[in-house]
Amino acid sequence: MSLAEPAALPVATSAAPRLHVLKRFSNRFKASLPAYLLLLPSLVFLALFTYGAMGRVLVDALYQRATPKAPLRFVGLDNIASVLADPAFTGAVVNNLIYAVGTAVPSIALALLFALALARTHAVNSALRAALFLPVLIPMVAASALFLFIFLPNVGLLDYYIGRLLPVLPNWLGDPDIALYAIMIITIWKNAGYYMLFFLAGLQAVPEDVMEAAHLDGAGPYQRLRHIILPELKPTFLFVTVIAILNAVTQVDHVFVMTQGGPSNSTNLVLFYIYQQAVEHYDIGKASAATLLTLAALMGLTALSFRTMANREGGS
Amino acid sequence: MKLIDTLWKDAPLATRGEITPKLGFLLTVLLAMVWLIPFLWMVVATLRPASDGINAMAELMPSLKPTLDNVRDAWEIGDFPRYTLNTTIICTGILLVQFVTITLAGFAFARLDFAGKTVIFYLFLMQLMLVPVLLIVPNLSLVAQLGLYDTLAGVMMPFFASAFGTFLMRQAFEAIPTELEDAALIDGASLLQRIRHIYVPLSMPSFSAFAIISVTSHWNDFLWPLMVINSPDKRPLTVGLSVFTKTAEGTQAWGTIAAGTLMVIAPLLVTFLIFQKRFISSFVTSGIK
Repeated sequence: MSLAEPAALPVATSAAPRLHVLKRFSNRFKASLPAYLLLLPSLVFLALFTYGAMGRVLVDALYQRATPKAPLRFVGLDNIASVLADPAFTGAVVNNLIYAVGTAVPSIALALLFALALARTHAVNSALRAALFLPVLIPMVAASALFLFIFLPNVGLLDYYIGRLLPVLPNWLGDPDIALYAIMIITIWKNAGYYMLFFLAGLQAVPEDVMEAAHLDGAGPYQRLRHIILPELKPTFLFVTVIAILNAVTQVDHVFVMTQGGPSNSTNLVLFYIYQQAVEHYDIGKASAATLLTLAALMGLTALSFRTMANREGGS
Repeated sequence: MKLIDTLWKDAPLATRGEITPKLGFLLTVLLAMVWLIPFLWMVVATLRPASDGINAMAELMPSLKPTLDNVRDAWEIGDFPRYTLNTTIICTGILLVQFVTITLAGFAFARLDFAGKTVIFYLFLMQLMLVPVLLIVPNLSLVAQLGLYDTLAGVMMPFFASAFGTFLMRQAFEAIPTELEDAALIDGASLLQRIRHIYVPLSMPSFSAFAIISVTSHWNDFLWPLMVINSPDKRPLTVGLSVFTKTAEGTQAWGTIAAGTLMVIAPLLVTFLIFQKRFISSFVTSGIK
């Protein structure tokens, strides 16, 4: 502790070696008090809505009611077992995995293409970036309202222009084999522009002199991409992948508006399943068990994002 | 090709003859146009008179007889002024409380030394990891217990503390030279006075970056208000739009849906087009949200 810190002064003078431990502790506490008061408002809300909520999920997952009016009784891990045995839940998990991969890979690939093409800043590129970024801004619900018509059978935008080329018009949202992919298109459209921003930022970190050296050595565009740009973008890739997977679990408003999980559960995703259990079936035990399982899975993933973040902070 | 050459005039000499980057650029231009089609359709369909019939609804060429009938219908069917007011109240309320909480907490982390700093820091960091959307079920029962079910305050409350904002402010405050604060300290300024008159005015860019992220994300929130709000007159824009869409979809009133959607997203799009640079740089920061 340096003497330059005003808060440290009283502690430094009074902390004689023989001072009682308790006294020292209370002095330290007194010196910390202003900081605690400043943190209090935030900590109250964190305690209620983050940590309290976590604890509540843990507890609620252990209890069950026989009927909505019946008293709560302790059932241990029964809720978790019944969620895992519920084909609707396992189906939702499988759908969500397909959805996560099917949205993350194309939107990240597109984002990289956009960033590479629009890396240099001039008026034309700025306009193109803005066009690609527009979908990021609008609510998922608004995007859903537009795509409801785009996917409308026969008269919708897609069928009107592209469907004419196909012998049989697919029912985009009504066919269980296609609906999930239709939903993915919306997500890709909405998120690619967001991920593009991170790649644009990442590209600025590619050292100018290395690129110049590559030009002088006659490296072609593929060689530069493969050996200079992609290795440099590795942290960005990791980071964007984590965000894309988190989005695949949390950003599912279009399922609510467009398909309600149907047809025949083909677009049911985990968060929609949780919502159904809690709001439609009033089954808080099962909803909490499903939340717990999802949180556990995401915690593992976010631990990774944590590491990525630490790397990023260290780098900047 | 001439146009492309002018776009490439400041590219390194060695790369100017390469074809692949130009193909990538053309593909991006093509995709950017595809990306805009839903917006284009929205505007064209909004202005299309109902007399054009359902079969012309998908036509992207604007109608020769544009009309504002759809806007009027949407305005009458959906209670959009009320929804807009609710969303504005929610976003403003959240933002104002957040400004207070993140300023105070950000200052504590940036400038004060206290027992348990590391532990508390990790408590904040954990919020970034525990995707809040997933905690809708326990938070709904808490909001109900607090007597805030079906109130706008209930919609706002879970977002009053923001770890992302706290870290953003901590970073901003750390960049401010301590000499400024020392001078105020000698003049006898209290802690809150120093925060209010030195730290806050010098951190405006960070506040505006945070405001952009906070407002856009809560403007677009859907699932949480859907669960908390029951009365039609307390619906925010997103929930209102989804109900409106359901009603209008039943009658195949696609022009009206387009008009309703346009009304919902217009404020955000206009603000974005004005403050484009700020939005973009704020969204880059938001990655760690």
